[in-house]
Amino acid sequence: MDYKEIGLKAGIEIHQQLDTKTKLFCRCPTVLRDTAEKNGEFQRYLRATESEMGEIDRAAEEEMKKQNRIYTYYAYDTTCLVENDEEPPSPMNPEALDLSLTIAKMMGMKPVEQIHIMRKLVIDGSNTSGFQRTSLVALNGKIPAGARIESICLEEEAAQRVEGDTFSLDRLGIPLAEITTAPDMNTPEQVREVAGYIGMLLRSTGKVKRGLGTIRQDVNISIRDGARVEIKGVQDLNLIDEVVRREVKRQQSLLYIRDELKKRGACVSEDKFDVTELFKETGSAILKRAKCILAIRLPGFNGLVGYEIQPGRRLGSEMSDYAKKCGVGGLFHTDELPAYGVTQEEVDKLREFVSAEPEDCVILVADTKKKANCAIGQIIKRAGMAFEGVPEETRKMLEEGSTAYMRPLPGAARMYPETDVLPVNITGKYWDSLSIPELLTEKEKRFFEELGLDPALAKNMAYSVRCTLFERAIEEGVKPNLAARTLYSTLRELRREGIDTKSISESDILDILKSVEKGDTAKEAVPDLLRAVSKGESVTDAMEKIAPSISREELTEMIQNILKERSDFVKEQGMRALGPVMGVVMKEARGRADGKVISEILKSEIKNML
Amino acid sequence: MNSGDKVFCTYADTRLKGTYITERDGKAVIKLDSGYNIGVEPALVEKSESVPAKHPEPKKIEQNEKLSKLSIISTGGTIASKIDYRTGAVTSQFEADDIIRAIPGLKDIAFFNAHVPATILSENMTPTIWRTLAKTIYDEINSGVEGIIVTHGTDTLAYSAAAMSFMVETPVPVIFVGSQRSADRPSSDNVMNGMCSAAAAKSDLGEVAVVMHATTNDDTCAIHRGTRVRKMHTSRRDAFRSVNTPPLGKVDYPSLDVKLDSHAVRRGTNEPVLNDKLEEKVGLIYFYPGMAPEIIRAHDRYKGLIIAGTGLGHTSSACIDSIRELCENGTEIVMTSQCLNGRVCDRVYDTGRDLLAAGIIEGEDMLPEAAFVKLMWVLGQENDHDRIKELMQTNLRGETGGCTPHGL
Repeated sequence: MDYKEIGLKAGIEIHQQLDTKTKLFCRCPTVLRDTAEKNGEFQRYLRATESEMGEIDRAAEEEMKKQNRIYTYYAYDTTCLVENDEEPPSPMNPEALDLSLTIAKMMGMKPVEQIHIMRKLVIDGSNTSGFQRTSLVALNGKIPAGARIESICLEEEAAQRVEGDTFSLDRLGIPLAEITTAPDMNTPEQVREVAGYIGMLLRSTGKVKRGLGTIRQDVNISIRDGARVEIKGVQDLNLIDEVVRREVKRQQSLLYIRDELKKRGACVSEDKFDVTELFKETGSAILKRAKCILAIRLPGFNGLVGYEIQPGRRLGSEMSDYAKKCGVGGLFHTDELPAYGVTQEEVDKLREFVSAEPEDCVILVADTKKKANCAIGQIIKRAGMAFEGVPEETRKMLEEGSTAYMRPLPGAARMYPETDVLPVNITGKYWDSLSIPELLTEKEKRFFEELGLDPALAKNMAYSVRCTLFERAIEEGVKPNLAARTLYSTLRELRREGIDTKSISESDILDILKSVEKGDTAKEAVPDLLRAVSKGESVTDAMEKIAPSISREELTEMIQNILKERSDFVKEQGMRALGPVMGVVMKEARGRADGKVISEILKSEIKNML
Repeated sequence: MNSGDKVFCTYADTRLKGTYITERDGKAVIKLDSGYNIGVEPALVEKSESVPAKHPEPKKIEQNEKLSKLSIISTGGTIASKIDYRTGAVTSQFEADDIIRAIPGLKDIAFFNAHVPATILSENMTPTIWRTLAKTIYDEINSGVEGIIVTHGTDTLAYSAAAMSFMVETPVPVIFVGSQRSADRPSSDNVMNGMCSAAAAKSDLGEVAVVMHATTNDDTCAIHRGTRVRKMHTSRRDAFRSVNTPPLGKVDYPSLDVKLDSHAVRRGTNEPVLNDKLEEKVGLIYFYPGMAPEIIRAHDRYKGLIIAGTGLGHTSSACIDSIRELCENGTEIVMTSQCLNGRVCDRVYDTGRDLLAAGIIEGEDMLPEAAFVKLMWVLGQENDHDRIKELMQTNLRGETGGCTPHGL
């Protein structure tokens, strides 16, 4: 597809958790917890309030439609009254501010002279206060991948949803850098490339959280005649281009539906029909159970409600998303009926009851009267929007990259000042004092060119979480290859064996590597030593047990004995015996001696023998 | 430049559009169209020609006259607070009407008369304002309302509730309520506290009480006796606790079911009386180890002094002479305890007996703050030492009791 031709414009927002010691507005640690470790829980209601401009945000207003806005929160011994929304916030964490400004500097941005902390209204329960604290810290940068960076904001992470309306407070308040690009990207691949570059840049600081959920991308997409749609929470970079492709398809399909509706002279009839009686004896369990079944007729919509707009999604799914806001499970439409236990005969009766013409579509919702009424209203609203084409909205990603409606795009009315935190001035002197870290791409190049690692290992090492340890090991005299292989390959192999490599401290790894360099132990013993240390043994004990050092004399004697036992073989094979005998010696030495030394002695002993 | 002016600002090579908010610390604060505020050099800001956005008119409150009549009396505080553009901090500037507007559910409970005798932060409360408040409450009772809600800042709410308990005798509920988290946040406790206070104001209660969150959950409010309640936490929503007595009852939320305890004074028990005479020359001090007797002497010529002593009600022996001097000069000194829970007894240890001999009055199981306003009120009525002592040790408004309940 020619994306330029269809006018694709995309921008991204990257949300990256920062790996600071404490949270953004309290001094709790930034650790995630198992919900089984909670030491308390409480319930709160949230409701929309007016901004300082006297307006209520439309997204918040939509959220207020929800009948029951009581939320449950899990508290821990690592969370405090700030997360509980029962204590004013502390001043902004300077470590997080340093880090966000360093990232800004890396992208050539200009810091804001005076940073103001804002409250962004979010009443879906993910923030105990009903708002997320956020602040604009720098503006206008550029990255080589070709996108302008509009802004970087420092904000607090929201609470993680456990299930339903229950949230866990451990994640709430972890600092989050939000990087927003301009809508400069014109192809799905470019979106992926820019996201990838920014991700690399963030990791170059060495102070961002790693792992699933620690980085999330929101994608803003529009095509010509379409509308800006924000897709929230793309966690997997590998899916980001697919998300863009599917959104383009959706917008194109909605535009097709729009044109088709206009061509047909379609309209939305607001007459509601109570058809509960009609389905009294139905075989459909959902309909039979319902206290009230309401129907509407959509003149000229036949075939379009069931029209696929994205893999697995139809216009009917969009209407259903809107209806679900009222608490109903979904809807039925005649484009997909008879199905779900509804017979053709029932469909015919229904069509007749609401006087539907063949070109009309009929939609059903079943629930309590109140919910069904609310849902029908939402369906009428969404059906009307089909004549506009693509509605501006916030959507959430489903598996595989299709999306579902979440809420309208929020406006500026959702922001008002956080009165409990004073503004922060950014002086020129402070800004100048921030140093830019080496990019991982540069690091990779340096590891290859200067340290002589092979290209793949150089890359793996540069991007590894153990990179800082690697550089420290090199500084302390460990050979780059040994350090890289141990930290990348060996640890990975041990992990695959099921060994808890996280329990091995960095200083223990360093001690083991240094002892190899000193010749106190052989590099062959490293996996065994790491295994022992992971089980709680000290490095010294492990070395004593697994690899007591062996003197050159002892080694020579051992080699001589081995050769003696195989003298016929050696005499027959000559220097070719080196390889096979080497294996035997290595096994015997069990990592107590360095392979290079063994090979050296072995060579000279074979020579002696011949 | 005025607040609300539409402006341009060229910053970081970008022409930013926004609204001028104010100038602070030498920077112009602008609300960008994205909603974010930033502070920039004032020289970078230029006024735009475009017309400022209109602020939506506050919605008119339509009340149902058929509902029972309640009064809502606002004195300010967090429950009635709003952001101030000038300082960026929260100030008290709501009026009673705004409270009804901010808590839409109220208008389904009752028809409200609104009064604003003061708009202050609660630390600025004074006996003069207490007198105005007492008069307003008394007049409202006489106008025939079913109950009264007084919105108040939480920091001195307990003092005011105790003061009103003495100054006004009431046949109807007089409910003090506040909020710990400001009204402009979606999580504010003002809605639940407000709704529960309205329910309590319509209940069978007939005394001055405080209604606030009972736990950190949004599920129950406790009804505390005005003379027995204390703010026990700086910021939690369940900061208010009854001391030395169980709460008068509770209000469930959101059902708003009110349950009153048997010891709560019932509606109609008392006739309305206003007695707003207060002696303002009364002090309250907290004894600490090594306290200089001069601190007590500094209260010479005060009509009354409350000492929050240690444990059963003690000061150091070094302070006893100064206490004796004050008592001899006519200052009424009442001993209470820093422990809050439990009762004063100056007959156990020597120092206590010395204090009694020096002339102090044992403050029974009264909270120091309640004893403080009570002494102001008693001194407003009486001059005779024996009579004052008798009144201070008599239960007038549930502030003290013969038996101390077990448990903290």
